[in-house]
Amino acid sequence: MHAQSFLIQALVYLSAGVVSVVAAKRLGLGSVLGYLIAGLIIGPYALSLVGEQADVMKFAEFGVVILLFLIGLEVRPALLWSMRKTIFGLGGAQVLATAFAIAAAATLLGLDWRTALAVGLVLAMSSTAIVLQTLDEKGLRQGAIGRAAFGVLLLQDLSVIPLFALLPLLATHAPVVTGAVQAHGTGSLISSLPAWLQTLAVLAAVATVIGVGRFAVRPMFRFIAQARLREIFTASALLIVVGVAALMQMVGLSAALGAFLAGVVLAESEFRRELETDIEPFRGLLLGLFFITVGAQIDVPLILTQPLLLLGVVLGLMTLKFTVMFSLAKIGGASNRVASAVGVALAQGGEFAFVLLAFTVGAGVIDPKLASLLTAAVAMSMAFTPLTVIAYERIARWLDAHVVAPAIPDPVFEEGEPDIIIAGFGRFGQIAGRMLTANGFRSTVLDSDIEQIELLRRFGRPVHYGDATRLDLLRAAGAEKARMLIVALDDQAKTSELVERARKAFPNIIILARAFDRRHAYDLLANGADAVERETFEASLALGVTALRKLGFRAHRAQRAADFFRRHDRRTFEELRPIWGQTEAYMLASRDAQDTMNKLLAADLERMKPEGADGWETSGRDEDIREEAEREGWESGA
Amino acid sequence: MSKADTMSQSEGEASVLLVFAHPALERSRANLVLSKVAEEMEAITFHDLYETYPDYVIDVEAEQARLLAHDVIALQFPMYWYSTPALMKEWLDLVWLHGFAYGKGGDKLLGKRLFVACTTGGPAEAYHKRGYNRFTMEEFLRPLEQTAHLCGMTWENPFVVHGAPLKDEKGLAMKAEFYRQRLVSLTQVPKPGRKVKA
Repeated sequence: MHAQSFLIQALVYLSAGVVSVVAAKRLGLGSVLGYLIAGLIIGPYALSLVGEQADVMKFAEFGVVILLFLIGLEVRPALLWSMRKTIFGLGGAQVLATAFAIAAAATLLGLDWRTALAVGLVLAMSSTAIVLQTLDEKGLRQGAIGRAAFGVLLLQDLSVIPLFALLPLLATHAPVVTGAVQAHGTGSLISSLPAWLQTLAVLAAVATVIGVGRFAVRPMFRFIAQARLREIFTASALLIVVGVAALMQMVGLSAALGAFLAGVVLAESEFRRELETDIEPFRGLLLGLFFITVGAQIDVPLILTQPLLLLGVVLGLMTLKFTVMFSLAKIGGASNRVASAVGVALAQGGEFAFVLLAFTVGAGVIDPKLASLLTAAVAMSMAFTPLTVIAYERIARWLDAHVVAPAIPDPVFEEGEPDIIIAGFGRFGQIAGRMLTANGFRSTVLDSDIEQIELLRRFGRPVHYGDATRLDLLRAAGAEKARMLIVALDDQAKTSELVERARKAFPNIIILARAFDRRHAYDLLANGADAVERETFEASLALGVTALRKLGFRAHRAQRAADFFRRHDRRTFEELRPIWGQTEAYMLASRDAQDTMNKLLAADLERMKPEGADGWETSGRDEDIREEAEREGWESGA
Repeated sequence: MSKADTMSQSEGEASVLLVFAHPALERSRANLVLSKVAEEMEAITFHDLYETYPDYVIDVEAEQARLLAHDVIALQFPMYWYSTPALMKEWLDLVWLHGFAYGKGGDKLLGKRLFVACTTGGPAEAYHKRGYNRFTMEEFLRPLEQTAHLCGMTWENPFVVHGAPLKDEKGLAMKAEFYRQRLVSLTQVPKPGRKVKA
């Protein structure tokens, strides 16, 4: 490191991180971009507040290892098994197709085919850290997009291992032994052994991770947990990650991959949550550091001397990677939306590219000038990723709002004239709908979630695909003759829109609507709904009844408490209705809601006395009987 | 009929279903003590209606199966307006159906015994021709007695606790012990041909 003291270094990193991440978040750019910008600013090419990055980088790379461990904790073996097609199919195809596409492009640009292939393989990798962090922040980790991206990233990490063996074969000139080669190519303790022994050692290491994770770690944690040594628990959690990483490096496997494996092994242990919360902060800090070091590596002078070439490489790389990923996802059966999201997310170069580039230079595959250009390009592509994701979101939102043409043709309504039209057949619409059907009413159902529809169709329910806010669709569904329209969409704005439109178009129909909350309920009633139901009210009340019972109330008393509360709340709802309209006009929404909450709580206290004078309250009568007994001289024991 | 007589007349065990109804047991004294007695007896199936059906949605099939499975049907409740609490009336209305309990094919309760245990707020003196309630308990319980008759059941002598609010702890404990003995006697199978008090 620099001559600066450790404290000053830490001060620089932390303050740069804090300031730029907060600023980036405020601007809606996401934390990754914030860190990258922080690195750029404090890096050797701008303010030069920090010096040589190699040491810090190595330290920071451990953040990726911890990230993979945490991801492993969330992936139970069964889930991993169920993802095997995504991992090996989509992932394998991505690595190969991207590598060849980039290699072809590079050959066309005049590179030797061997160099071009090496470049292709190196650049086929994407950044696990950036992709997962970005998807997490956007809440996309769990769905189809997150699964596909994760599967591909996992295979990329796996393929790094054979790459270290394969890349030297593509050498165009005599290898130069450098630090990088020693660190990664010949760094493992077993590289001097024959191949079959190496394989054996690798298998033994994997078996050790699984075996220790299965049988030794749980008793150990149980013991530590009983001893109530909080910091030792954290330390042992870190010890596991570091230990696995070290073991994997010894046999030449990727540390990140080993950590992932350890995580998967521990995913079913009862200490999963504890491990997660204990390690989470390290992940955040180290990943932040990692992004800063990436930012600091962006070679500003190089950008300034060859701006167009670099920009061309970056844009070409990202376009190519996007195109390949998008096409493969489409072939795999993903929708346009999912395929393009995965393509955008995985379009950058990865952190392994830095390591592999240094390694290939040492092995004489790629010459240093090209390598430094590509390093800059990968770093810039990483920096662009948060921006492209934001752009993707903007475009998707714009398409949602402006493109009306549905990919699926309008439904044909064959089941005759319905009594009821139900718009939205998700968790809410289904329950009301099933109940009405069970009571002999014919309903026509519209929903815009194609997967949901296919599922219900398989059970023989006539559900139609369609945007229920379109009046022509409602008319085709029979809204002119139907007696009732039930609006059970899970989108507040759409619900309001549909209620308002349907009221104007079909004056005689009864409109019932699902309201998001009190405010929305008032809004719907004002816009033509005949009745509304706040979507969580009854469920929450039912939970309250269960709570009272668990607290010792008899069932009937708990039931009545809920009945009273419901009546009281509905009365309050009606009473506050006019007030709501007035405040609406001049109060801010948050202030307004708080005001209502105050009124509600006051009314609760006043009216909902715990032991109201309801039925079977006999103390008054008992008093009378005792007085009379005294007057008349009745005997108590009769 | 003394307790000793019943004991000596017994010929093995009879299964007893005690159907209990009190809408606000947490405020009750007498019924709390009495229901505890019944609940603790192993030979008795204690069935709390308000606890099982706080929403009044009675599972008719389950209730009929329950009736079929027992020899003695015991009803315990506080008397409200000279009748059973609402849910017990609902239970009778919905479960003791035509074709099940009475009428054509309605022989499922035939030969079983019906026993009533109830508490009153008013003292024993009130349940008299010249008391403020003007009629005796026997008269107030006529609808249930007739229910038993229509279903071909044997009407057991009712167990009544009067003046529940007038009783102190000791008085209640004494009543509870009497109640326990009555319930024990119900679990005995009476000798065939035994005279039944109406």
